[in-house]
Formats: sequence, C-alpha cells, structure tokens
Amino acid sequence: METLELTQEEQFQARIDADVRIEPKDWMPDAYRKTLIRQISQHAHSELVGMLPEGNWITRAPSLKRKSILLAKVQDEAGHGLYLYSAAETLGASRDQMLADLHSGKAKYSSIFNYPTLSWADMGCVGWLVDGAAILNQVPLCRTSYGPYARAMVRVCKEESFHQRQGFEIMQTLCEGSPEQKAMAQEGLNRWWWPTLMMFGPADADSPNTAQSMNWRIKRFTNDELRQKFVDMMVPQAEFLGLTVPDPNLKWNEAKQGYDFGDVDWEEFWNVVKGNGMCNKERLQARVQAHEEGAWVREAALAHAEKRKQREAVAA
Amino acid sequence: MTQKEWPLWEVFIRSKQGLDHKHVGSLHAADAEMAIQNARDVYTRRLEGVSIWVVESTNVHASNPDDAAAFYEPANDKIYRHPTFYQVPDSIKHM
Repeated sequence: METLELTQEEQFQARIDADVRIEPKDWMPDAYRKTLIRQISQHAHSELVGMLPEGNWITRAPSLKRKSILLAKVQDEAGHGLYLYSAAETLGASRDQMLADLHSGKAKYSSIFNYPTLSWADMGCVGWLVDGAAILNQVPLCRTSYGPYARAMVRVCKEESFHQRQGFEIMQTLCEGSPEQKAMAQEGLNRWWWPTLMMFGPADADSPNTAQSMNWRIKRFTNDELRQKFVDMMVPQAEFLGLTVPDPNLKWNEAKQGYDFGDVDWEEFWNVVKGNGMCNKERLQARVQAHEEGAWVREAALAHAEKRKQREAVAA
Repeated sequence: MTQKEWPLWEVFIRSKQGLDHKHVGSLHAADAEMAIQNARDVYTRRLEGVSIWVVESTNVHASNPDDAAAFYEPANDKIYRHPTFYQVPDSIKHM
C-alpha cells in the first residue's frame, strides 16, 4: 500500500514534470518557496537598482527624443520591479521585508548595475548588451513552473524588447557618426562586454543549485548554455556595427556551430558580488536615501486614507 | 522606524470594450483611488486597458486547491451535459 502512494513532494514533482503550473495556494515544498522568493525578489531588486545607472543620464540625453525614450525605459523598469515584487508576495513574502533586505545588503541584485555609466554610449550598451542578456535569461522564465512568476515574465519580456532595440539604435547612430562618436561606442563595448557575460552567473561547475532549479523548472537553461547563446547572438551584431568584441580568444568554431571565447574573470565577478565593485556603495546609498526620503509620503497617504474612511463612516 | 505597509490590491483590467475584466496582478496603495491611479501606471503603460477594477486583496475569498478533486467531482460524470453525448442521424441538418 505504502509503496503505491506518492508523497506530497512526489506528487508536486509529478505535476511539475507534466508542465502543470503551480499556483499560490497550492502545496509546495518549503525549499521551492524559499528559492523562488529569493530568485524573484533578487530579480525585482535588479529592476529597481537598474534604474539608477540610467537615471544618471536622463538630464544629459542628447535630444528630447532620447530623453523621452530613456524616461519611458526607466519607468518600465520600475514597473518590472513592481510586477515581480507582487509575484513574490503571492508566496508570502512581505514587500517591506524584501526592501529591508535589499537596503541592509542581505539580498543581492544583478552585479552589472555596480558598474558606472560614464558616457552616452553606455546607454547604448546597457540597452543593447545588458538588456539583450536579460532577455535571454528571461524568455525561458515565461514558461517557469510558478504561475504568477511566469505571468509577470511574459509582461516583462514584451516590454524588454523595446529596451534592447533602442540601445542598439543608440549604438548604430554613434557608429555611423563622427570618428569620435564611433570611438565612444567602441570604448563602451570594451567596458561592458565582460561584465555582461558575467550576468549569466558562475560557470556551471560552480553553480551547485542549478540542477535542483532545473528540476523544479524555475530555471530552464544552465548559465553556460545561456552565455554561449548570448555570444553567438551578439558577435554578428557587433560586426554589423563595425565594432570589435574585446576578446582575443573569440573564434568561430565550425564543429560546434558557435563561437569559442575567452575565460571570464571570475575573481572580478565574486569581488563585485561581495560588495567591492565600483558602484556598490553608491547604488545602495541612493536606494536607501530614496526610500527614507519617501517615508513621509507613505505615512501621509496612509493617514489621509484613514481619515477619509472615518469621515465616510460618519456620513453614512 | 515601524511603518505600516500600504494595503495590497488586486487589479483587473478590461483590455477593450466587449471583453471581461481580467486579473493582471496586484499592487500596494493607500486607498482605492490611489490603487486605480497606480494600476494605470503599472499595468497600462501601452494602452492595455480601457477600464480598471481594484479590489483589496483581503476581500478576495478563494476555493481551496486541496479540495479541488472533491469540489469539482459532481461535474465529472455528467457527460450528457455536452452536445457530443447525443447521436444525431447524418440526414439531420442544422443541429
């Protein structure tokens, strides 16, 4: 009798294997819930912090058109953060706690945003490379096993492709401009290429949680698989722009129908993850400051709503 | 600093006239008016809607997924509720 009956956990895995989505009130293993909360909130934090390096350029955009586009893009990122926080809340996480974890440094966000945006070409690189990498990470998550997360990702992916195209357009405009503008584009690519490759996370051999996450279908490709896809996708685009990818070991491999490329500097990667990147302190400080300076607005809105409710109760 | 979170609201959007409102997600707001304004900014930046409903999440009552098997069982064995249950002779048209 006992051998025939599946445990709750086995039933859960069977549903995942059959591609049945898990919804908020369904039973799920604690570890699944915890891993998802960590993954979704990290993703939300990345969207939130991701506004900062671009916000830096809103007042400096070279034309009204570019300024409007950049504003819309940054607003989208705030929206993406909100979709994701609300997906995490369906798992029982509290918004305040997630933000507190971000602000205390306990929770992580994508290390890419700890690099500075020094020139206008960096707005091109962030859209073209960073959002390009984000899309590769995110498209498979539209089929992730947890329903609210998958639905949020569908929304995010729809909006993200505008982000990448506007970045590519910035790069193309620079590359077709003066020699100085083209040099600016190349200099941007030189600085952003390797950090972008790091966005896919540590090499598979150093990513012990990948197997479990793939089993649960909250991750659908390994870090190295996605990194390879990214390189194969971007090299022809860089060639189109007339830019040189800063990797002397980059070479087409006919047998694997993909590019061979050099080793990522993992020491740099871990150093930034641990908080010692160029902008870690500045980013976190800007986040905490915005949150603290907004506190009176949150309190006042709540007090106003409370007062109005009372007034309506008296009138009724 | 102890601060109360703004309440959570569920957001429903009618994408165009003639269609139902559909659940799209949730957000925090101090009151219903703010929830509707926030919903416009968060969920309709690309003309995704012509009408918005918000409901405070605590007011949503849901069925229990653990009871799903028993709860929906009564409909399980009533295949005669479907038109395909009935055999219609080939010569009969318009049915």
